[in-house]
Amino acid sequence: MSTARLTLFDRFGNGTYALMILCVLAFLYVPIVILVIFSFNDSSSLTLPLSGFTWHWYDKLFSNRDLLRAIGNSFYVASFATVLTLLVGVPAAFALDRLDFIGKRMFRRLILLPLVLPGIITGISMLNLFKLVGIGLSLETVILGHATALLAIVVTQVFARLQRLNRRLEEAAADLGARPWETLYFVVLPNIRSALIGSGLLSFTLSFDEIPVTFFLTGRDNTLPMYIWSTMRRGITPEINAVGTLIVLASLVLIVVSVILLRDERER
Amino acid sequence: MTRDRALRSVVLATPLVWAVAFMFVPYLIIFTYSFWLKQYPTFVPAFQFGNYLQLLVDPQYYQVLLRTAKIAILVALSALAIAYPFAYYLVFKVTSARLRLTLYMAVIAPLWVSYLLRAYIWKTILGSEGVINSFLVWIGILDTPTDIFLYNQFSMVVTLTYIFIPFMVMPIYTALEKIPRNLIEASKDLGVGPFGTLFKVIWPLSLPGVFAGMTFAFCLTFGDFVAPFLVGGPDGVMVANVITSQYGAALNWPLGSALAIVMLIIVLGIIELSDRFERSGRINLA
Repeated sequence: MSTARLTLFDRFGNGTYALMILCVLAFLYVPIVILVIFSFNDSSSLTLPLSGFTWHWYDKLFSNRDLLRAIGNSFYVASFATVLTLLVGVPAAFALDRLDFIGKRMFRRLILLPLVLPGIITGISMLNLFKLVGIGLSLETVILGHATALLAIVVTQVFARLQRLNRRLEEAAADLGARPWETLYFVVLPNIRSALIGSGLLSFTLSFDEIPVTFFLTGRDNTLPMYIWSTMRRGITPEINAVGTLIVLASLVLIVVSVILLRDERER
Repeated sequence: MTRDRALRSVVLATPLVWAVAFMFVPYLIIFTYSFWLKQYPTFVPAFQFGNYLQLLVDPQYYQVLLRTAKIAILVALSALAIAYPFAYYLVFKVTSARLRLTLYMAVIAPLWVSYLLRAYIWKTILGSEGVINSFLVWIGILDTPTDIFLYNQFSMVVTLTYIFIPFMVMPIYTALEKIPRNLIEASKDLGVGPFGTLFKVIWPLSLPGVFAGMTFAFCLTFGDFVAPFLVGGPDGVMVANVITSQYGAALNWPLGSALAIVMLIIVLGIIELSDRFERSGRINLA
Protein backbone atom coordinates (compact mmCIF):
# COMPACT_ATOMS: atom_id res chain seq x y z
CA MET A 1 0.00 0.00 0.00
CA SER A 2 2.79 2.33 0.85
CA THR A 3 4.39 1.72 -2.53
CA ALA A 4 1.11 2.54 -4.24
CA ARG A 5 0.93 5.79 -2.32
CA LEU A 6 4.51 6.56 -3.22
CA THR A 7 4.00 6.12 -6.94
CA LEU A 8 0.83 8.17 -6.72
CA PHE A 9 2.81 10.90 -5.01
CA ASP A 10 5.58 10.60 -7.57
CA ARG A 11 3.20 10.85 -10.46
CA PHE A 12 1.35 13.75 -8.91
CA GLY A 13 4.69 15.29 -8.08
CA ASN A 14 5.97 14.93 -11.62
CA GLY A 15 2.89 16.57 -13.12
CA THR A 16 3.04 19.61 -10.85
CA TYR A 17 6.79 19.79 -11.23
CA ALA A 18 6.58 19.86 -15.00
CA LEU A 19 4.06 22.68 -14.72
CA MET A 20 6.33 24.55 -12.33
CA ILE A 21 9.32 24.19 -14.66
CA LEU A 22 7.22 25.59 -17.49
CA CYS A 23 6.13 28.53 -15.32
CA VAL A 24 9.72 29.37 -14.34
CA LEU A 25 10.88 29.19 -17.95
CA ALA A 26 7.91 31.31 -19.01
CA PHE A 27 8.77 33.87 -16.34
CA LEU A 28 12.32 34.00 -17.69
CA TYR A 29 11.58 34.02 -21.40
CA VAL A 30 8.20 35.69 -21.98
CA PRO A 31 9.65 39.14 -21.14
CA ILE A 32 12.42 38.62 -23.69
CA VAL A 33 9.88 37.57 -26.31
CA ILE A 34 7.85 40.70 -25.50
CA LEU A 35 10.98 42.81 -26.00
CA VAL A 36 11.55 41.29 -29.44
CA ILE A 37 7.89 41.51 -30.53
CA PHE A 38 7.63 45.21 -29.77
CA SER A 39 10.78 45.97 -31.75
CA PHE A 40 8.75 45.05 -34.86
CA ASN A 41 5.51 46.71 -33.80
CA ASP A 42 4.32 49.63 -35.89
CA SER A 43 3.55 52.01 -33.05
CA SER A 44 5.67 54.33 -30.97
CA SER A 45 4.05 53.15 -27.74
CA LEU A 46 4.56 49.70 -26.29
CA THR A 47 0.91 48.78 -25.86
CA LEU A 48 -1.44 45.97 -26.80
CA PRO A 49 -3.10 45.29 -29.17
CA LEU A 50 -0.24 45.14 -31.66
CA SER A 51 -0.62 47.45 -34.62
CA GLY A 52 1.33 45.78 -37.44
CA PHE A 53 4.78 44.81 -38.62
CA THR A 54 7.55 47.31 -39.36
CA TRP A 55 11.33 47.56 -39.83
CA HIS A 56 11.10 51.23 -39.01
CA TRP A 57 12.80 51.03 -35.59
CA TYR A 58 15.75 49.16 -37.05
CA ASP A 59 16.08 51.69 -39.87
CA LYS A 60 16.08 54.49 -37.35
CA LEU A 61 18.69 52.73 -35.28
CA PHE A 62 21.15 52.23 -38.13
CA SER A 63 21.04 55.89 -39.03
CA ASN A 64 21.65 56.96 -35.44
CA ARG A 65 25.30 58.08 -35.42
CA ASP A 66 25.52 58.51 -31.62
CA LEU A 67 24.36 54.97 -31.15
CA LEU A 68 26.81 53.54 -33.66
CA ARG A 69 29.66 55.45 -32.02
CA ALA A 70 28.57 54.09 -28.62
CA ILE A 71 28.67 50.54 -30.00
CA GLY A 72 32.20 51.16 -31.29
CA ASN A 73 33.24 52.51 -27.89
CA SER A 74 31.81 49.47 -26.16
CA PHE A 75 33.79 47.12 -28.38
CA TYR A 76 36.94 49.11 -27.64
CA VAL A 77 36.35 49.10 -23.88
CA ALA A 78 35.28 45.46 -23.62
CA SER A 79 38.20 44.17 -25.72
CA PHE A 80 40.90 46.00 -23.78
CA ALA A 81 39.26 45.37 -20.40
CA THR A 82 39.13 41.63 -21.18
CA VAL A 83 42.77 41.47 -22.26
CA LEU A 84 43.89 43.48 -19.25
CA THR A 85 41.86 41.49 -16.74
CA LEU A 86 43.26 38.24 -18.17
CA LEU A 87 46.82 39.61 -18.01
CA VAL A 88 46.38 40.43 -14.33
CA GLY A 89 43.92 37.73 -13.33
CA VAL A 90 45.80 34.69 -14.63
CA PRO A 91 49.01 35.50 -12.70
CA ALA A 92 46.84 36.22 -9.66
CA ALA A 93 45.26 32.77 -9.92
CA PHE A 94 48.73 31.24 -10.26
CA ALA A 95 49.99 33.13 -7.23
CA LEU A 96 47.02 31.96 -5.16
CA ASP A 97 47.40 28.38 -6.34
CA ARG A 98 51.12 27.85 -5.97
CA LEU A 99 52.95 30.63 -4.20
CA ASP A 100 53.13 31.34 -0.51
CA PHE A 101 53.59 34.92 0.52
CA ILE A 102 52.84 37.27 3.34
CA GLY A 103 49.31 38.66 3.20
CA LYS A 104 48.03 35.94 0.89
CA ARG A 105 44.71 35.65 2.73
CA MET A 106 44.17 39.38 2.56
CA PHE A 107 45.20 39.44 -1.10
CA ARG A 108 42.66 36.75 -1.91
CA ARG A 109 39.87 38.52 -0.08
CA LEU A 110 40.67 41.82 -1.75
CA ILE A 111 40.87 40.42 -5.23
CA LEU A 112 37.68 38.35 -4.94
CA LEU A 113 35.69 41.16 -3.35
CA PRO A 114 34.15 42.56 -6.58
CA LEU A 115 32.27 39.24 -7.06
CA VAL A 116 29.77 40.38 -4.44
CA LEU A 117 30.76 44.00 -4.05
CA PRO A 118 28.28 46.29 -5.76
CA GLY A 119 29.81 47.91 -8.84
CA ILE A 120 28.94 51.34 -7.52
CA ILE A 121 31.65 51.01 -4.85
CA THR A 122 34.30 50.08 -7.40
CA GLY A 123 33.03 53.01 -9.45
CA ILE A 124 33.20 55.74 -6.81
CA SER A 125 36.38 54.45 -5.19
CA MET A 126 38.26 54.53 -8.50
CA LEU A 127 36.70 57.89 -9.34
CA ASN A 128 38.19 59.20 -6.10
CA LEU A 129 41.59 57.78 -7.00
CA PHE A 130 41.61 59.31 -10.48
CA LYS A 131 40.45 62.71 -9.19
CA LEU A 132 43.11 62.64 -6.50
CA VAL A 133 45.92 61.72 -8.85
CA GLY A 134 44.64 64.12 -11.47
CA ILE A 135 43.81 61.68 -14.25
CA GLY A 136 41.01 62.91 -16.49
CA LEU A 137 38.05 60.62 -17.08
CA SER A 138 37.91 58.86 -20.45
CA LEU A 139 37.22 55.49 -22.01
CA GLU A 140 40.66 54.41 -20.76
CA THR A 141 39.72 55.00 -17.13
CA VAL A 142 36.59 52.94 -17.82
CA ILE A 143 38.83 50.13 -19.10
CA LEU A 144 40.86 50.21 -15.87
CA GLY A 145 37.63 50.14 -13.86
CA HIS A 146 36.18 47.21 -15.77
CA ALA A 147 39.42 45.24 -15.60
CA THR A 148 39.41 45.70 -11.82
CA ALA A 149 35.77 44.76 -11.40
CA LEU A 150 36.09 41.66 -13.61
CA LEU A 151 39.33 40.38 -12.10
CA ALA A 152 37.47 38.23 -9.58
CA ILE A 153 35.71 36.30 -12.35
CA VAL A 154 38.93 35.40 -14.13
CA VAL A 155 40.68 34.53 -10.87
CA THR A 156 37.93 32.21 -9.59
CA GLN A 157 37.60 30.32 -12.88
CA VAL A 158 41.32 29.93 -13.58
CA PHE A 159 42.06 29.12 -9.94
CA ALA A 160 39.41 26.37 -9.92
CA ARG A 161 40.94 24.89 -13.08
CA LEU A 162 44.47 25.05 -11.68
CA GLN A 163 43.37 23.23 -8.56
CA ARG A 164 42.06 20.34 -10.61
CA LEU A 165 45.22 20.20 -12.72
CA ASN A 166 47.35 17.12 -12.24
CA ARG A 167 50.68 18.32 -10.82
CA ARG A 168 52.37 15.11 -11.98
CA LEU A 169 52.24 16.47 -15.52
CA GLU A 170 54.41 19.40 -14.52
CA GLU A 171 56.75 17.17 -12.53
CA ALA A 172 57.07 14.95 -15.57
CA ALA A 173 57.88 17.94 -17.75
CA ALA A 174 60.47 19.12 -15.25
CA ASP A 175 61.99 15.63 -15.07
CA LEU A 176 62.26 15.62 -18.83
CA GLY A 177 64.31 18.80 -18.60
CA ALA A 178 61.74 21.50 -19.28
CA ARG A 179 62.38 24.87 -17.72
CA PRO A 180 59.54 26.23 -15.57
CA TRP A 181 58.54 28.73 -18.24
CA GLU A 182 58.56 25.96 -20.85
CA THR A 183 56.35 23.83 -18.60
CA LEU A 184 54.08 26.81 -18.20
CA TYR A 185 53.77 27.41 -21.90
CA PHE A 186 53.59 23.83 -23.17
CA VAL A 187 51.91 22.00 -20.29
CA VAL A 188 49.95 24.31 -18.03
CA LEU A 189 48.51 26.86 -20.47
CA PRO A 190 46.99 24.29 -22.86
CA ASN A 191 45.38 22.62 -19.89
CA ILE A 192 43.70 25.74 -18.59
CA ARG A 193 42.61 26.88 -22.05
CA SER A 194 38.91 26.27 -21.39
CA ALA A 195 38.99 28.39 -18.23
CA LEU A 196 40.75 31.17 -20.14
CA ILE A 197 38.23 31.13 -22.97
CA GLY A 198 35.27 30.83 -20.62
CA SER A 199 36.29 33.64 -18.30
CA GLY A 200 37.43 35.77 -21.24
CA LEU A 201 34.06 35.51 -22.98
CA LEU A 202 32.22 36.16 -19.73
CA SER A 203 34.40 39.19 -18.98
CA PHE A 204 33.79 40.57 -22.45
CA THR A 205 30.03 40.17 -22.12
CA LEU A 206 29.91 41.71 -18.66
CA SER A 207 32.13 44.61 -19.66
CA PHE A 208 30.00 45.23 -22.74
CA ASP A 209 26.97 45.49 -20.47
CA GLU A 210 28.51 47.30 -17.51
CA ILE A 211 26.75 50.37 -16.05
CA PRO A 212 27.68 51.38 -12.48
CA VAL A 213 31.47 51.53 -12.94
CA THR A 214 31.12 53.16 -16.35
CA PHE A 215 28.67 55.72 -14.97
CA PHE A 216 31.30 57.13 -12.61
CA LEU A 217 34.44 56.64 -14.70
CA THR A 218 33.51 57.76 -18.18
CA GLY A 219 34.27 61.19 -19.56
CA ARG A 220 32.29 62.58 -22.47
CA ASP A 221 32.24 59.30 -24.39
CA ASN A 222 29.34 56.93 -23.99
CA THR A 223 29.43 53.17 -24.10
CA LEU A 224 26.40 51.36 -25.51
CA PRO A 225 24.71 50.63 -22.17
CA MET A 226 25.33 54.22 -21.06
CA TYR A 227 23.75 55.49 -24.26
CA ILE A 228 20.74 53.19 -23.85
CA TRP A 229 20.55 54.20 -20.20
CA SER A 230 20.34 57.88 -20.98
CA THR A 231 17.73 57.26 -23.68
CA MET A 232 15.70 55.07 -21.32
CA ARG A 233 15.59 57.68 -18.63
CA ARG A 234 13.99 60.07 -21.10
CA GLY A 235 11.30 57.51 -21.84
CA ILE A 236 10.45 54.24 -23.51
CA THR A 237 10.80 53.95 -27.27
CA PRO A 238 10.62 50.89 -29.57
CA GLU A 239 14.07 51.90 -30.79
CA ILE A 240 15.47 50.61 -27.50
CA ASN A 241 13.60 47.36 -28.13
CA ALA A 242 15.31 47.12 -31.52
CA VAL A 243 18.77 47.62 -29.97
CA GLY A 244 17.75 45.17 -27.26
CA THR A 245 16.75 42.55 -29.81
CA LEU A 246 20.12 42.87 -31.51
CA ILE A 247 21.86 42.52 -28.14
CA VAL A 248 19.82 39.39 -27.37
CA LEU A 249 20.83 38.02 -30.77
CA ALA A 250 24.50 38.79 -30.08
CA SER A 251 24.24 37.09 -26.68
CA LEU A 252 22.79 34.01 -28.35
CA VAL A 253 25.71 33.92 -30.79
CA LEU A 254 28.14 34.26 -27.89
CA ILE A 255 26.50 31.42 -25.97
CA VAL A 256 26.69 29.17 -29.02
CA VAL A 257 30.33 30.14 -29.64
CA SER A 258 31.31 29.43 -26.05
CA VAL A 259 29.48 26.09 -26.05
CA ILE A 260 31.27 25.07 -29.26
CA LEU A 261 34.69 26.24 -28.06
CA LEU A 262 34.30 24.50 -24.74
CA ARG A 263 32.92 21.32 -26.27
CA ASP A 264 36.03 21.02 -28.46
CA GLU A 265 37.99 21.21 -25.27
CA ARG A 266 36.09 18.39 -23.63
CA GLU A 267 36.38 16.07 -26.60
CA ARG A 268 40.11 16.31 -26.76
CA MET B 1 67.62 30.24 -13.37
CA THR B 2 67.37 34.02 -13.04
CA ARG B 3 64.83 33.92 -15.82
CA ASP B 4 62.61 31.63 -13.74
CA ARG B 5 62.95 33.79 -10.67
CA ALA B 6 62.01 36.78 -12.81
CA LEU B 7 58.94 34.89 -13.98
CA ARG B 8 57.99 34.17 -10.40
CA SER B 9 58.25 37.77 -9.32
CA VAL B 10 56.28 38.99 -12.34
CA VAL B 11 53.54 36.46 -11.56
CA LEU B 12 53.31 37.79 -8.05
CA ALA B 13 54.00 41.47 -8.58
CA THR B 14 51.54 42.25 -11.39
CA PRO B 15 48.34 41.31 -9.55
CA LEU B 16 49.70 42.54 -6.23
CA VAL B 17 50.48 46.00 -7.56
CA TRP B 18 47.12 46.09 -9.34
CA ALA B 19 45.19 45.08 -6.23
CA VAL B 20 46.95 47.69 -4.13
CA ALA B 21 46.70 50.51 -6.66
CA PHE B 22 43.16 49.98 -7.90
CA MET B 23 41.45 48.30 -4.96
CA PHE B 24 43.17 48.83 -1.63
CA VAL B 25 44.15 52.49 -2.13
CA PRO B 26 40.77 53.54 -3.59
CA TYR B 27 38.90 51.88 -0.71
CA LEU B 28 41.26 53.64 1.68
CA ILE B 29 40.47 56.95 0.00
CA ILE B 30 36.71 56.57 0.42
CA PHE B 31 37.32 55.49 4.00
CA THR B 32 39.33 58.67 4.62
CA TYR B 33 36.80 60.89 2.87
CA SER B 34 34.03 59.47 4.99
CA PHE B 35 35.44 61.43 7.96
CA TRP B 36 35.90 64.67 6.05
CA LEU B 37 33.69 67.70 6.31
CA LYS B 38 31.47 69.19 3.68
CA GLN B 39 32.26 72.84 3.21
CA TYR B 40 30.68 74.73 0.38
CA PRO B 41 31.55 74.43 -2.47
CA THR B 42 33.66 71.31 -1.83
CA PHE B 43 34.93 69.53 1.25
CA VAL B 44 37.87 69.75 3.65
CA PRO B 45 40.00 67.20 5.51
CA ALA B 46 38.82 66.46 9.03
CA PHE B 47 38.37 63.61 11.44
CA GLN B 48 34.82 63.57 12.72
CA PHE B 49 31.97 61.11 12.76
CA GLY B 50 29.36 63.63 11.62
CA ASN B 51 28.68 61.85 8.34
CA TYR B 52 28.07 58.51 10.01
CA LEU B 53 25.97 60.21 12.70
CA GLN B 54 23.86 61.83 10.01
CA LEU B 55 23.24 58.42 8.42
CA LEU B 56 22.02 57.08 11.77
CA VAL B 57 19.95 60.07 12.86
CA ASP B 58 18.49 61.56 9.70
CA PRO B 59 15.43 59.44 8.80
CA GLN B 60 15.99 60.26 5.13
CA TYR B 61 19.14 58.12 5.23
CA TYR B 62 18.49 55.33 7.69
CA GLN B 63 15.11 54.71 6.11
CA VAL B 64 16.79 54.22 2.76
CA LEU B 65 19.20 51.74 4.34
CA LEU B 66 16.32 49.82 5.95
CA ARG B 67 14.28 49.86 2.76
CA THR B 68 17.24 48.62 0.73
CA ALA B 69 17.80 45.79 3.22
CA LYS B 70 14.12 44.90 3.14
CA ILE B 71 14.04 44.76 -0.66
CA ALA B 72 17.26 42.74 -0.73
CA ILE B 73 15.80 40.20 1.71
CA LEU B 74 12.55 39.96 -0.26
CA VAL B 75 14.47 39.44 -3.50
CA ALA B 76 16.71 36.76 -1.96
CA LEU B 77 13.69 34.92 -0.56
CA SER B 78 11.58 35.06 -3.72
CA ALA B 79 14.50 34.00 -5.89
CA LEU B 80 15.08 31.11 -3.47
CA ALA B 81 11.41 30.10 -3.60
CA ILE B 82 11.57 29.88 -7.37
CA ALA B 83 15.09 28.52 -7.79
CA TYR B 84 15.07 25.76 -5.16
CA PRO B 85 12.16 23.69 -6.53
CA PHE B 86 13.57 24.19 -10.01
CA ALA B 87 17.03 22.92 -9.08
CA TYR B 88 15.50 20.12 -6.99
CA TYR B 89 13.44 18.96 -9.92
CA LEU B 90 16.41 19.03 -12.27
CA VAL B 91 18.66 17.02 -9.98
CA PHE B 92 16.21 14.46 -8.60
CA LYS B 93 13.31 14.16 -11.01
CA VAL B 94 14.74 14.55 -14.50
CA THR B 95 16.14 11.19 -15.54
CA SER B 96 17.58 12.16 -18.91
CA ALA B 97 21.00 13.79 -18.57
CA ARG B 98 20.47 15.61 -21.84
CA LEU B 99 17.18 17.17 -20.74
CA ARG B 100 18.77 18.12 -17.42
CA LEU B 101 21.63 19.95 -19.14
CA THR B 102 19.22 21.67 -21.54
CA LEU B 103 16.98 22.92 -18.72
CA TYR B 104 19.99 24.03 -16.71
CA MET B 105 21.38 25.97 -19.67
CA ALA B 106 17.93 27.45 -20.28
CA VAL B 107 17.78 28.91 -16.81
CA ILE B 108 21.39 30.17 -16.86
CA ALA B 109 21.30 31.66 -20.36
CA PRO B 110 19.52 34.90 -19.37
CA LEU B 111 22.69 35.80 -17.43
CA TRP B 112 24.30 36.44 -20.80
CA VAL B 113 21.54 38.77 -21.87
CA SER B 114 22.20 42.35 -20.89
CA TYR B 115 21.39 43.15 -17.30
CA LEU B 116 20.22 46.62 -18.28
CA LEU B 117 17.82 45.17 -20.84
CA ARG B 118 16.34 42.75 -18.37
CA ALA B 119 15.50 45.64 -16.05
CA TYR B 120 14.22 47.75 -18.95
CA ILE B 121 11.87 45.00 -20.13
CA TRP B 122 10.05 45.10 -16.80
CA LYS B 123 9.67 48.85 -17.10
CA THR B 124 7.89 48.32 -20.41
CA ILE B 125 5.76 45.49 -19.03
CA LEU B 126 4.66 47.05 -15.75
CA GLY B 127 4.34 50.72 -16.75
CA SER B 128 1.06 52.59 -16.81
CA GLU B 129 1.35 52.61 -20.60
CA GLY B 130 2.91 49.21 -20.53
CA VAL B 131 2.06 45.75 -21.76
CA ILE B 132 0.03 44.50 -18.79
CA ASN B 133 -2.00 47.70 -18.47
CA SER B 134 -2.82 47.97 -22.15
CA PHE B 135 -3.74 44.28 -22.16
CA LEU B 136 -6.12 44.71 -19.21
CA VAL B 137 -7.73 47.73 -20.81
CA TRP B 138 -7.93 45.97 -24.16
CA ILE B 139 -9.81 42.94 -22.83
CA GLY B 140 -12.00 45.19 -20.70
CA ILE B 141 -10.92 44.37 -17.16
CA LEU B 142 -9.74 47.92 -16.57
CA ASP B 143 -11.37 51.11 -17.81
CA THR B 144 -8.25 53.21 -17.47
CA PRO B 145 -4.62 52.14 -17.00
CA THR B 146 -3.45 51.81 -13.41
CA ASP B 147 -0.08 52.86 -12.06
CA ILE B 148 0.03 50.30 -9.25
CA PHE B 149 2.48 48.01 -11.07
CA LEU B 150 5.43 50.29 -11.60
CA TYR B 151 7.58 52.66 -9.52
CA ASN B 152 7.15 50.93 -6.21
CA GLN B 153 8.78 48.22 -4.15
CA PHE B 154 6.74 45.51 -5.85
CA SER B 155 8.23 46.33 -9.26
CA MET B 156 11.71 46.40 -7.70
CA VAL B 157 11.29 42.96 -6.18
CA VAL B 158 9.85 41.46 -9.38
CA THR B 159 12.60 42.92 -11.56
CA LEU B 160 15.47 41.97 -9.29
CA THR B 161 14.10 38.49 -8.62
CA TYR B 162 13.88 38.02 -12.36
CA ILE B 163 17.51 39.10 -12.70
CA PHE B 164 18.90 36.97 -9.86
CA ILE B 165 17.12 33.64 -10.44
CA PRO B 166 20.06 32.22 -12.47
CA PHE B 167 22.48 33.27 -9.72
CA MET B 168 20.35 31.36 -7.24
CA VAL B 169 19.90 28.23 -9.34
CA MET B 170 23.64 27.72 -9.97
CA PRO B 171 24.94 27.15 -6.41
CA ILE B 172 21.80 25.26 -5.29
CA TYR B 173 22.04 22.94 -8.28
CA THR B 174 25.71 22.27 -7.52
CA ALA B 175 24.94 21.58 -3.84
CA LEU B 176 22.07 19.22 -4.64
CA GLU B 177 24.13 17.37 -7.21
CA LYS B 178 26.79 16.64 -4.60
CA ILE B 179 24.39 14.83 -2.25
CA PRO B 180 25.17 11.10 -2.40
CA ARG B 181 22.16 9.21 -3.71
CA ASN B 182 22.60 6.39 -1.19
CA LEU B 183 21.73 8.78 1.64
CA ILE B 184 18.36 9.37 0.03
CA GLU B 185 17.91 5.65 -0.57
CA ALA B 186 18.79 4.99 3.07
CA SER B 187 16.24 7.53 4.20
CA LYS B 188 13.59 5.85 2.05
CA ASP B 189 14.56 2.40 3.31
CA LEU B 190 14.18 3.60 6.86
CA GLY B 191 10.58 4.45 6.04
CA VAL B 192 10.92 8.22 5.84
CA GLY B 193 8.42 9.73 3.41
CA PRO B 194 9.41 11.98 0.51
CA PHE B 195 8.71 15.14 2.51
CA GLY B 196 10.64 13.84 5.50
CA THR B 197 13.59 13.03 3.25
CA LEU B 198 13.39 16.48 1.70
CA PHE B 199 13.36 18.33 5.00
CA LYS B 200 15.64 16.11 7.06
CA VAL B 201 18.18 14.97 4.49
CA ILE B 202 18.19 17.01 1.29
CA TRP B 203 17.50 20.51 2.64
CA PRO B 204 20.21 20.46 5.37
CA LEU B 205 22.77 19.09 2.91
CA SER B 206 21.94 21.75 0.34
CA LEU B 207 22.34 24.67 2.77
CA PRO B 208 25.80 25.68 1.48
CA GLY B 209 24.26 26.28 -1.95
CA VAL B 210 21.30 28.10 -0.44
CA PHE B 211 23.57 30.41 1.56
CA ALA B 212 25.78 31.08 -1.44
CA GLY B 213 22.80 31.95 -3.62
CA MET B 214 21.15 34.14 -1.00
CA THR B 215 24.43 35.96 -0.31
CA PHE B 216 24.75 36.75 -4.01
CA ALA B 217 21.16 37.91 -4.37
CA PHE B 218 21.25 39.98 -1.18
CA CYS B 219 24.58 41.69 -1.79
CA LEU B 220 23.97 42.44 -5.45
CA THR B 221 20.47 43.77 -4.75
CA PHE B 222 21.76 45.85 -1.85
CA GLY B 223 24.08 47.75 -4.15
CA ASP B 224 21.99 47.58 -7.28
CA PHE B 225 22.29 50.63 -9.45
CA VAL B 226 20.05 49.94 -12.42
CA ALA B 227 16.69 48.74 -11.06
CA PRO B 228 16.04 51.60 -8.60
CA PHE B 229 16.58 54.14 -11.38
CA LEU B 230 14.47 52.33 -13.97
CA VAL B 231 11.60 50.78 -12.00
CA GLY B 232 12.02 52.15 -8.47
CA GLY B 233 10.35 55.56 -8.41
CA PRO B 234 10.20 57.70 -5.26
CA ASP B 235 9.03 54.75 -3.16
CA GLY B 236 11.91 52.57 -4.35
CA VAL B 237 14.87 54.87 -3.70
CA MET B 238 17.81 52.70 -2.65
CA VAL B 239 21.29 53.29 -1.26
CA ALA B 240 22.79 53.46 -4.76
CA ASN B 241 20.50 56.38 -5.68
CA VAL B 242 21.57 58.28 -2.58
CA ILE B 243 25.29 57.66 -3.12
CA THR B 244 24.91 58.80 -6.72
CA SER B 245 23.14 62.01 -5.75
CA GLN B 246 25.72 62.76 -3.03
CA TYR B 247 28.48 62.33 -5.59
CA GLY B 248 26.50 64.26 -8.18
CA ALA B 249 24.08 67.09 -7.61
CA ALA B 250 24.43 67.29 -3.81
CA LEU B 251 28.23 67.44 -4.09
CA ASN B 252 28.65 65.92 -0.65
CA TRP B 253 31.38 63.38 -1.29
CA PRO B 254 32.10 62.79 2.40
CA LEU B 255 28.52 61.73 3.09
CA GLY B 256 28.43 59.62 -0.08
CA SER B 257 31.69 57.97 1.01
CA ALA B 258 30.32 57.25 4.48
CA LEU B 259 27.31 55.60 2.89
CA ALA B 260 29.55 53.56 0.60
CA ILE B 261 31.56 52.42 3.63
CA VAL B 262 28.36 51.40 5.41
CA MET B 263 27.35 49.46 2.31
CA LEU B 264 30.79 47.83 2.19
CA ILE B 265 30.57 46.82 5.86
CA ILE B 266 27.09 45.36 5.45
CA VAL B 267 28.14 43.37 2.39
CA LEU B 268 31.31 42.08 4.11
CA GLY B 269 29.27 41.24 7.22
CA ILE B 270 26.80 39.21 5.18
CA ILE B 271 29.62 37.30 3.47
CA GLU B 272 31.29 36.56 6.80
CA LEU B 273 27.98 35.43 8.28
CA SER B 274 27.14 33.14 5.38
CA ASP B 275 30.69 31.73 5.54
CA ARG B 276 30.19 30.88 9.21
CA PHE B 277 26.75 29.37 8.62
CA GLU B 278 28.13 27.31 5.81
CA ARG B 279 31.03 26.03 7.89
CA SER B 280 28.92 25.21 10.93
CA GLY B 281 26.20 23.66 8.77
CA ARG B 282 28.61 21.53 6.82
CA ILE B 283 28.11 17.88 7.64
CA ASN B 284 31.05 15.63 7.18
CA LEU B 285 30.09 12.95 4.71
CA ALA B 286 33.41 11.17 4.62
